[in-house]
Amino acid sequence: MIRLPQRFQLFVIFAGLLGPICSYAQTAGDYAITHARIFTLAGPPIEDGTVVIHGGKIAAAGAAVATPPGAQVIDAQGLQVYPGFFDAVTQMGLREIASVPATVDTTETGLFNPDLLAATAVLPSSAHIPVTRAAGVTQVIAAPASGGLDSEGANSQIAGQASAIHLTGWTIEEMLLRKSAALVMIWPSVETRSFDFSTFSVKEKPFSDAKKEYDKQVNLLAGYFEQARHYAQLLQIPTAANYARDLKLEAMAPVIRGELPVLVFADTAREIRDSVEFCEKQKAKMILAGGTEAWKVKDLLRSKGVPVILRPTLGEPPEKDSPYDRMLTQPEELRQAGVKAAFASFDNSFARRMGQQAANAVAHGLPHDEGLKGVTLYPAQIFGLDSQLGTIESGKIANLIVTNGDPLDVTTEVRYLFIQGQLTSTDNKQKALYEKYLNRPKPAR
Amino acid sequence: MKPRTLALGVVVVTSFAFAAFLQAREKAPPGSAIDPAPSVILIRNATILTASHGAIDKGDILIKDGKISAVGGTLKAPGDALVIEATGQFVTPGIIDCHSHIAVDGSVNEGSVSVSSMVNIADVLNSDDISIYRDLAGGVTVANILHGSANSIGGQTVVIKLRWGQPAAKLPFEGALPGIKFALGENPKRSNLRALTGGERYPVTRMGVEETIRSAFTEARDYKKAWDDYNKRAPAGEKNLLPPRRDLRLDPLVEVLEGKRLVHAHCYREDEILMLLRVAREFGFHVQTLQHVLEGYKVADEIAAAGTGASTFSDWWAYKVEAYDAIPYNAALMTKRGVVVSINSDDATEATHLNQEAAKSILYGGLTRDEALKLVTLNPAIQLGIDKRVGSIDVGKDADLVIYNHDPLSAYAVVEKTLVDGRVYFDRARDIAGRPALEKEKKELLEKAAKEQEKEKEKEKKPEGRKPEEKKPEEKKPEEKPKPPQVNAQHGGAQ
Repeated sequence: MIRLPQRFQLFVIFAGLLGPICSYAQTAGDYAITHARIFTLAGPPIEDGTVVIHGGKIAAAGAAVATPPGAQVIDAQGLQVYPGFFDAVTQMGLREIASVPATVDTTETGLFNPDLLAATAVLPSSAHIPVTRAAGVTQVIAAPASGGLDSEGANSQIAGQASAIHLTGWTIEEMLLRKSAALVMIWPSVETRSFDFSTFSVKEKPFSDAKKEYDKQVNLLAGYFEQARHYAQLLQIPTAANYARDLKLEAMAPVIRGELPVLVFADTAREIRDSVEFCEKQKAKMILAGGTEAWKVKDLLRSKGVPVILRPTLGEPPEKDSPYDRMLTQPEELRQAGVKAAFASFDNSFARRMGQQAANAVAHGLPHDEGLKGVTLYPAQIFGLDSQLGTIESGKIANLIVTNGDPLDVTTEVRYLFIQGQLTSTDNKQKALYEKYLNRPKPAR
Repeated sequence: MKPRTLALGVVVVTSFAFAAFLQAREKAPPGSAIDPAPSVILIRNATILTASHGAIDKGDILIKDGKISAVGGTLKAPGDALVIEATGQFVTPGIIDCHSHIAVDGSVNEGSVSVSSMVNIADVLNSDDISIYRDLAGGVTVANILHGSANSIGGQTVVIKLRWGQPAAKLPFEGALPGIKFALGENPKRSNLRALTGGERYPVTRMGVEETIRSAFTEARDYKKAWDDYNKRAPAGEKNLLPPRRDLRLDPLVEVLEGKRLVHAHCYREDEILMLLRVAREFGFHVQTLQHVLEGYKVADEIAAAGTGASTFSDWWAYKVEAYDAIPYNAALMTKRGVVVSINSDDATEATHLNQEAAKSILYGGLTRDEALKLVTLNPAIQLGIDKRVGSIDVGKDADLVIYNHDPLSAYAVVEKTLVDGRVYFDRARDIAGRPALEKEKKELLEKAAKEQEKEKEKEKKPEGRKPEEKKPEEKKPEEKPKPPQVNAQHGGAQ
């Protein structure tokens, strides 16, 4: 018997069973979301419009779009359609339970690990994925060593490569949006204070000592980039066979060539300034992650074209004398300064607060459509994925959400969710537990 | 630069800052000011969410001498009353945070022993903690200040009002019963800290946690008996009668047995929740609230039957094993089974948006708007035994109120004003208006300190005959802040 590729076998089976409805059974069916208010984010909202999904992509979106024959119709009367949310920094699939090291694969030992790839260790069946999905997040950046308790003790400076993943799939291959989306660099910080667990107290050291340590670490990074530059040059000489192959330096080559962006974790004004200067010198394309004090260096960020993925707006202001709403007003301040900023959870279990983070920035001055773009289009643009995602336009991957209201608000429900054109369940571990215990019989007394 | 010089600079800068701070406190600048409370305030034409009897579309609230004196349609106020125009705005009762660690000087954990009932958070209140002001700016007016969760039986606790600018002695909520923190599960058995802290301390199992509580109450019961016996015999003037030796560790537990001190028990798993309720029944004390209680939804009927309150998070989960079955439907499920439920913060920043966290129970589990608002107002008031004074907008209650610019059961509401005891303790417009002056003052102080530092450096350099180096502006900063806590780090504290 001729063995068909597995994908094709399924195609045959489904096509045979269901006929025209599932002509793209394995990847996606054809859908028409009708009578919806469509927020394309590529133009004004469309009233009473139709979105047609075909082959995993958006085939058409508009008021005068016809429902193709055979398409499964979702009547979205009274509902709204938006691009799915894009959480630009998470540890999705890399960390299940923060306090249990056995379930944490975010942070490798060693200073420089450019050849590590997040996608390698993303667990497709992680309980976090469906929970996050239910809040309207359709794709995320899974990044190594980007925070959390587990990375406190690590001093990794180059943590590995972050992967862009769709939030559904039986295997990582099915989930991949872009295997290598950025190199993660944890910029050193001037640590005058550290928490000592053995005495359960804060240890302080003089600023000058901490600064020396900082400079040393920055120099280490610079040295490593120099090494990588030499290695990249060597790679370009076909006859230069006489060198020891180094997987780590090899992984740095796309960064050196300016092809792979560097996701730099930095928060204070000093760290940001220094890292921007560093990346410019190294001709590396920089994306800032964290940016607690980005407002202090907004002109620099604008002039160098460095976009920012902001730490949660519902976070603590950096200094005791910061205005109480410092983190909430920053997104609008950056927008006015011409700095592109996206929202992100920097976590897994808080990924569902994406909309809430943006809404709180809107409450503090950010225009509402800018809040929406900050969780959809801007993260896509920042990672160079906007030709594929981020708005509702024909040809883009059909990652969409259908909601009963403003998706940024905390009481809004995601009714339908499409990922790569598949109607994807919003069921999850938490909903299952809810239903189980909702139906617990009253105990006998 | 020599470290010593810089260190001196730091001292100079910080002492200047401190002096300025003290001065500022005397001047009571905008943002941190306490106005003398006008005896009559009228809040006019607001949407009033009472938390006890629904919403009033366009109504007024009259405040007299710190208390709510009338609520309803159009009210009249005397000419000298302070009138707050609130057209298009929303008024709720002050937010009550049933689990907070703000305003504490230093660590919240006396972690060296498994029964630390002898220590009291009320002894270490810090009225200068900026979190008080920030939480006020999030509408919080009352907070239950708890000891940490390092011990099966932890330290004594206190309910405070967020009277920013008042001395520590003025913070405690007058007449509120004191409390004591209990803790079950991973924290008291040090599951996640043993590797970091080194040593081992009994207990390390949930069995040991139960035994620790049982042992302590066995002792407390005997101790109480000895005192009861003594107090009965002493008035008769019995000869050679000696009082029992005072035990500061057991005194608060006797108060628990006598119903004079409320138990607030940190817990997660269904089994340990039932364990504590059993032990409490056996010893005849009441568990006032279960804190966190993330698996409370699994045993909600049992919690309701015990008459115990539950104070939980909106949607935190998976930061440890015992939080892996946490669900955002917890508050709604327990409410529907008859438990008095509140949503708390356990975190100074989370506290600034408790209204939003409460609203999530409308989505997760379908609570009504009234039920959702109660999660952060009337219900925590009931749980803390202060509902006769606060928790709803009713005549006779304290005028602890929040004025929002938008529906507070959404993510778009910003607090305009927060009142405690009929005084405006937070005013957003004044806060914003006061910022340029504060910035100017800070800049001047830093410049002054930098000059002092420069002089100091000159003195040290002169003998060597070297010119002072050019300085980068950031070196004038007194100190570099550590990175802000990562999301999980901030949850690693006391919860």
